[in-house]
Amino acid sequence: MIAEAGLAALWLAAAMALLQFALGALGLTQRHEAVKSAVAPVAVAHALLTGMAFICLVTLFLRSDMSVLLVATSSHSAKPWLYKLAGTWGNHEGSMLLWVTILGIGGATVALFERVLNKRTKTATLASQGAISLGFYAFLLFSSNPFARLNPVPADGQGLNPLLQDPGLAFHPPTLYMGYVGMSVAFSFAVGALITRDVGPAFARAMRPWILGAWIFLTMGITAGSYWAYYELGWGGWWFWDPVENASLMPWLAATALLHSVTVLATRDGLRAWTIMLSVVAFSMSMIGTFLVRSGILTSVHSFAVDPTRGGFILLLLALYIGGAMALFALRIGTVREGTQFDVVSREGALVFNNLLLSVILVIVLVGTLYPLVLEALTGTKLSVGAPYFNATAGPVALLLVCGMSAGPLMRWRRDNPKLVIERLAIPVLVLGAATLLIALFAGSIGILPMLGLIVAAGVAAASVAPLWKRNLKRTPLFTYGMVVAHLGCAVSLAGMAADSAFTKESLLAMQIGQTGQVGPYSVTLKGVSEIPGPNWSALDAELVVQRGTGTPFTVHPQSRTFKDPPMETSESAITTALDGQLYLVVGAPTDAISFPIRMWWKPFVTLIWLGGIMIAFGGILSLFGRVDRDLFGFIKLLRRKKAAI
Amino acid sequence: MKAKHQRLSLALAALVVVIGAGLLAVSALKDKAAYFYSPADLKREHVEIGHAFRLGGMVADKSIQRESGGTLVRFTVVDGADQVPVVFRGITPDLFKERSGVIAEGSLNAKGQFIATNLLAKHDEKYMPPKLSGKLQKTDAVKQ
Repeated sequence: MIAEAGLAALWLAAAMALLQFALGALGLTQRHEAVKSAVAPVAVAHALLTGMAFICLVTLFLRSDMSVLLVATSSHSAKPWLYKLAGTWGNHEGSMLLWVTILGIGGATVALFERVLNKRTKTATLASQGAISLGFYAFLLFSSNPFARLNPVPADGQGLNPLLQDPGLAFHPPTLYMGYVGMSVAFSFAVGALITRDVGPAFARAMRPWILGAWIFLTMGITAGSYWAYYELGWGGWWFWDPVENASLMPWLAATALLHSVTVLATRDGLRAWTIMLSVVAFSMSMIGTFLVRSGILTSVHSFAVDPTRGGFILLLLALYIGGAMALFALRIGTVREGTQFDVVSREGALVFNNLLLSVILVIVLVGTLYPLVLEALTGTKLSVGAPYFNATAGPVALLLVCGMSAGPLMRWRRDNPKLVIERLAIPVLVLGAATLLIALFAGSIGILPMLGLIVAAGVAAASVAPLWKRNLKRTPLFTYGMVVAHLGCAVSLAGMAADSAFTKESLLAMQIGQTGQVGPYSVTLKGVSEIPGPNWSALDAELVVQRGTGTPFTVHPQSRTFKDPPMETSESAITTALDGQLYLVVGAPTDAISFPIRMWWKPFVTLIWLGGIMIAFGGILSLFGRVDRDLFGFIKLLRRKKAAI
Repeated sequence: MKAKHQRLSLALAALVVVIGAGLLAVSALKDKAAYFYSPADLKREHVEIGHAFRLGGMVADKSIQRESGGTLVRFTVVDGADQVPVVFRGITPDLFKERSGVIAEGSLNAKGQFIATNLLAKHDEKYMPPKLSGKLQKTDAVKQ
């Protein structure tokens, strides 16, 4: 029954999305002015129905209802309940349902809480949201129905990919989807504003919380995904330039650019067409991200739940949405009035520099990700583009971007004196010089990119707190703190990346019981090996005693796990975190019962990478609270005062 | 500068930067992209010793030999037509097993062995690189 109810709710939700689009479009014409008020309730009903469908699917997974095809192919009754829950979106159909659910909730939130925009633009925005949802409903209902039944009913399911049986799964995909969907809301705002030709500060203020929110989720999603890959895959790497990783990085790059340009639009009424264009690009990148992950065209280590036949459908949606938005942009942008002007040396100028460099990185990542796919489609030649390409091209540009980041916040709006800017940068430059000297003295032999990374990180860390210099800290607005924390986070993360690639120590040993190995400041002794049963796996468990110098020894247990459903092995690394880095231990498959392969890494300051990521997201949260407080409530207060005056 | 001019110069700057980035990307791809060969491709195309590429195929049945306590692994990659011996030092990835797909990164040595610096095993029960699955079906058809 639940499956049928879910399917019915899904069809009804699709009907509501159609209604939302149609009413919204009608409401824009003068003759049907009254229809406008109906759009918001429809958007809310749409969200409730799609939410219901999603809850139905979650229930089916929690109950392990094997008469449903999706549950039978991707779940198993012996799984812990958390993975049954997370397994709902650990597959293609479920994750697409999650996508539209979040999309529906996004639309309802706009309908209920958006107060800054004028009603016409809000109606156009909701219509655009309806149109986007509609495509995804068509996709779900016609090519990936999550509620399809299975007959005869199997005794038990085929199980979830063991790599996905991790708390990370409960958190990682929904976070990224919220980011993608947030970008779609920002895009709908842009479409709405283009239709009503209402591109200005008020529009930017309405759009900004969505961009910020989406960007925070993308940042957290990428950070969490990176840490998940780091500890789960057991390779000691934190970023693999895998197409699926790039699929989440590209929207983030575009969102970061958009975040900075929308600030110019909101505070200085500049960069109007630019901001609209960026919101189209950011949404396109989210769609391309979805396409790359969901179409199954990737030769990726991440290829979970793929089906090549679905690629065409998403590609069609992609072409329709992006093509439509670009056409609308081309048609309407000429009628958007020019924004306020600014000098090259100014805050706006610096933000344009930021946007241009982010675009460069975006193009580099996009080309590197799509080139193998296009080449294979055209000529059949297979090649892979990996770290050598991305590090050599995107690396230096990213360093330049981070350098620019230290100067931008110290510039004035509209026009500034280059000499004064240089004066304000004096202390960061001194720090940079000191860092250069220290590194040249103590670590002169490390690679050029890590060396530059460490030096720039030191300078940028000093520069990012410089905007607080000589300011009354109590009266400094919350979003300035947000910027400082986020920029500092970039420096922290950069330092972690550079330190990891410069100073990592690695050792691979075939250890016998009682044998001791050395890595970095640690000595590691193999005490014993045992077989341990788990809920749906059995593990080869190595007992390792770790000691740092003359410190207290302690025991860790890396495991090599063998799953039964589906049959597969995974390694559980043992990670010890110290203040100055992580010790990362992995046990592999042995050749005999005497010696066991143990891989050890000492990674100095590697944790800074994710700490920086968390700081960047936290900076975004501070900024969001600051903005919501000032923009929305401030604006509402202003409106009330105006009304009272009248 | 008039407002029109500022918009125009911004648009031009964006265009130049994006095209420049595209050109940079394409020229870097020529040096840095690693080609993907199956054992049969490798026989056909002449690949220089020491040149980095990716070798893809299936791990041949009963070919995995672990030495030095499991830290050195020798195995054979097959694609139904040809085979290439591979040497890898390190801990093999979670999904690495016989009769299962593998992608090895590395280069050939003078003896014709592929020295792998990294192994990628397939991560999904259903997943197989499209080209490879095509080839395997072909070989199955030939066998029948």
